[in-house]
Amino acid sequence: MTDRNSAAMAPSPAPQPQPRQAAADAASARALARSPVQAFYHGMIQTLPFLIVIVPFALLFGVVALEAGIDIAQVLGFSVLVLAGASQFTAVQLLSDHAPVWVVILSSLAVNLRMAMYSASLVPWLKGASGKQKAWIAYVLIDQTYALAIQHYERHPRLSLQQRLAYFLGAAVALCVPWVAVSWLGATLGRAIPEGIALDFAIPITFLAMIAPMLRTYAHMAACFVAIVAALALAWLPSGLGMMIAAVLGMATGAWAEIRAERRKEARG
Amino acid sequence: MSGGYSDLTIWVVIILLGIGTFLIRWSFLGALGNRDLPQWFMRMLRYTPVAVLPALVAPLVMWPAATGGQPDPARLSAAAVTVAVGVLTKNIILAILGGAITLFGMLYVLG
Repeated sequence: MTDRNSAAMAPSPAPQPQPRQAAADAASARALARSPVQAFYHGMIQTLPFLIVIVPFALLFGVVALEAGIDIAQVLGFSVLVLAGASQFTAVQLLSDHAPVWVVILSSLAVNLRMAMYSASLVPWLKGASGKQKAWIAYVLIDQTYALAIQHYERHPRLSLQQRLAYFLGAAVALCVPWVAVSWLGATLGRAIPEGIALDFAIPITFLAMIAPMLRTYAHMAACFVAIVAALALAWLPSGLGMMIAAVLGMATGAWAEIRAERRKEARG
Repeated sequence: MSGGYSDLTIWVVIILLGIGTFLIRWSFLGALGNRDLPQWFMRMLRYTPVAVLPALVAPLVMWPAATGGQPDPARLSAAAVTVAVGVLTKNIILAILGGAITLFGMLYVLG
């Protein structure tokens, strides 16, 4: 949902389990000895630092969604069915801008495209899981569960499939249930907020706060810069259209800058 | 309801967004399996959030609807402080707080 852990933004495209990386240290021995139930609880406990971010975030979502004229059932619908903070905020912002429905859907989906990358990188770790298990993992595949799980799997490559699934689900329950519950709370409490408070700027500030920690490499900064310039230059286009063109230009710039940086690295050594 | 959307329209957005998001997450775990997509495509995926979110937010910062599309010193300063705190601390919540305090402070001072 949020991108506090910057590792979540740049997963290696296809990390492979490395059986040779022996479970020598004590932490690995402990991890391997856990029953699935213990692995589930372990996953839950490790989400605590992320919860500190998710709770206020969910609260804010409930408040701004209500402000945009979305009712409580719909706020819950967003948090349960979409379960992706950035795209939920995107949808609410575009709805309050009166953008056409197809622009709302495509733009919000675009924000989630990075999750295809998460999906790809989990494949080697979840080999042998049933279709139903994979579908559940897909449903709760958010930035934080991905970041935690991939970190855990790579650190302890010898975990059994059951331990991996249990860890993932533990993290997912601890993160997703509060996300839903607190966004409901936000929409409920939001009614108590007096009129006239400048909530119009809550979403822009939230997005800016999410973007800033993502600017880790030259390529990320280039993507961001081009997207901003293009979005401002194309703002005269019908609602949302300029933004989508600007986003594609930004993505292409990021990919191009990444290739250039790699070439330069290769040339050097 | 917000700006002429019917309740039904909002539900359609929620459900289509839910289905689409699930399919993105399920893609490789499910249908695509181990298939390799072109590298340029995977590369671009990495930059979706860092391109989509700024593209969405830039016009909102420059021309806020609340001031009738006129650039507004309070909102511009709040945006600058949010980014600065975010880059310096890498902490989303601190960045939001910094931006909110700046916004309300400036609005109060400027009347």
